[in-house]
Amino acid sequence: MNTILDVKNVTMKFGGVTAIDNLSFSVEKGEVYGLIGPNGAGKTTIFNIITGVLYPTEGKVLFEGKDITGTKPNRVVSKGVARTFQNIRLFKSMSVLDNILIGFDSYANYSYLEAIFRLPRYFKREKEIRDKAYKLMEVFGIDIFADNRATDLSYGNQRKVEIARAVATNPRLLLLDEPAAGMNPNETAQLSNIIHKLKSEFDLTILLIEHDMKFVNAMCNKLTVLDYGEKIFEGKPADAIVDEKVISAYLGDFKHA
Amino acid sequence: MFDFKRFIRNIVLILATLAFIYYAQKSMDSYNLSILMNIGIFAILALSYNLINGVAGQFSLEPNGFVAIGAYFTAILIIPPETKLDMFALVDPAPIVASAHMSFLPAVLIGGFAAMLVAMLLALPVFRVRGDYLAIVTLGFGFIIRIFAINNPEYTNGAMGLNDIPEYANFIWIGTIALITFIVMIHIIYSKYGRSMKAVRDDEDAATAMGINTFKIKTLAFMTSAFFEGVGGGLLASMLTTITPDQFSFLLTFQLLIFIVLGGLGSMSGALFASILLGWGLEKLRILDENITLFGHDFGAHPGLRMVVFSIILLLMMLYARRGVFGDRELTDIIRDYKRKKLESKK
Repeated sequence: MNTILDVKNVTMKFGGVTAIDNLSFSVEKGEVYGLIGPNGAGKTTIFNIITGVLYPTEGKVLFEGKDITGTKPNRVVSKGVARTFQNIRLFKSMSVLDNILIGFDSYANYSYLEAIFRLPRYFKREKEIRDKAYKLMEVFGIDIFADNRATDLSYGNQRKVEIARAVATNPRLLLLDEPAAGMNPNETAQLSNIIHKLKSEFDLTILLIEHDMKFVNAMCNKLTVLDYGEKIFEGKPADAIVDEKVISAYLGDFKHA
Repeated sequence: MFDFKRFIRNIVLILATLAFIYYAQKSMDSYNLSILMNIGIFAILALSYNLINGVAGQFSLEPNGFVAIGAYFTAILIIPPETKLDMFALVDPAPIVASAHMSFLPAVLIGGFAAMLVAMLLALPVFRVRGDYLAIVTLGFGFIIRIFAINNPEYTNGAMGLNDIPEYANFIWIGTIALITFIVMIHIIYSKYGRSMKAVRDDEDAATAMGINTFKIKTLAFMTSAFFEGVGGGLLASMLTTITPDQFSFLLTFQLLIFIVLGGLGSMSGALFASILLGWGLEKLRILDENITLFGHDFGAHPGLRMVVFSIILLLMMLYARRGVFGDRELTDIIRDYKRKKLESKK
């Protein structure tokens, strides 16, 4: 059993609009799997279905062989799926460190009363998660910003904080929604290094949405191309760029133009 | 995490505060003492209101309802049974009301727990949906409590209210409980629960995506607020010695809202600071309502001038410090940031 995520015949309708049409794909353990397609193809909708924000009209989502369709978003996280957002959504009044500590929430298993009365377990767990958070921030190179407000950081660094925060929840599957968006080539290169490091250090499987084809080519083992909610291609990135259907989805159909 | 130096510093601060409370109770005149007791009650209420409204970011208008619950429970429990029989003029008190009697501390705690229980019942439907429903529900709840108190004279003596409440609440009680409230709030803020509450305030979707059960966190914040508001209500009842349903109108909530906005939504040090400043300042501004004599010329008395000056101060606050005196940070965070910036500029 090496399949970690199995999306089975998922259809999502919003009123009369079919956003996802009978989509199936599966992600193997340890892969970096790409999900690409033009704007409005339904990529983020798929993320929302996997993470439990939306309930699909039809179909199922299996994670490690178990049905997680319609599980509440916060329960999906505890099962081992974490995500980032397309438009960065950090906790804006909090420091970088506190943002990351939020990710360790379930690890710090002291109770409300233990926090109020400051019992030993509070100190023990708080110290542990602080050490873990600093270690994680070092991997991303953001430990120097620990005490800064998260929103004071540059765009690229905010992205890193968001990914680090997701990794802190100790997932086995990480969903990245356009991680390289708004980054300069330099930052994008850094990001791919980090993703490779994450994969080996934290034993992660990654499903990512991206528009930067160079980045996708370098990162992904396999990808699915969506257009108007339908799968038009599945396979290796190198084959995708020469596929006729994919080209026409992005650039329009030359033959009938 | 466990910092011995900070621990010693905190112990010293707590002991100094307790010493001041004891000193004030023993040697201050009754006028100054009553100002201090007012400040203490306001501090308890503002601190707890700040938890749900400022820290967890759930706009709520509940304090008057919970304060009323705490006040009535405590009052009924500490008034001696024979006094109650004389007092209930409209109808005879219900047997359970007539016979219930206990000492002060358990009565105050029961007031707190009663408010907390009601908060839980309110939270179950309200926090299942998002949006400003909490404000509407709690606003209505305040009115319901008042009408309940007026229309059930066998429990509350109706619109006449309860009087002859034993005056147990001195400044030692009020000051110590205010201190405990402050410590509990700070302990909540600097724990994973406080962080989760702030996360829910900043971005509820992202908080859910981090695995936070937002319903549970909001309910916890609401119940904690309710508990301390109930306790504050009990102390208030015993301090004033009489309570009527009209005392717990929406104006009380409104006043507390001014406190926490002035101090900075989400800042416990801010709420404490605002309670002290406004509790003391509003009393001192009373000279404005009296006859004013300047340079030998008598300007006569202008009743209401106090509130005009108070409003002008609030207006200036909102113009120049829109996010309150402390913003959403604690005093210690501000000092730490200041030190860090100074260190950085030196380099």
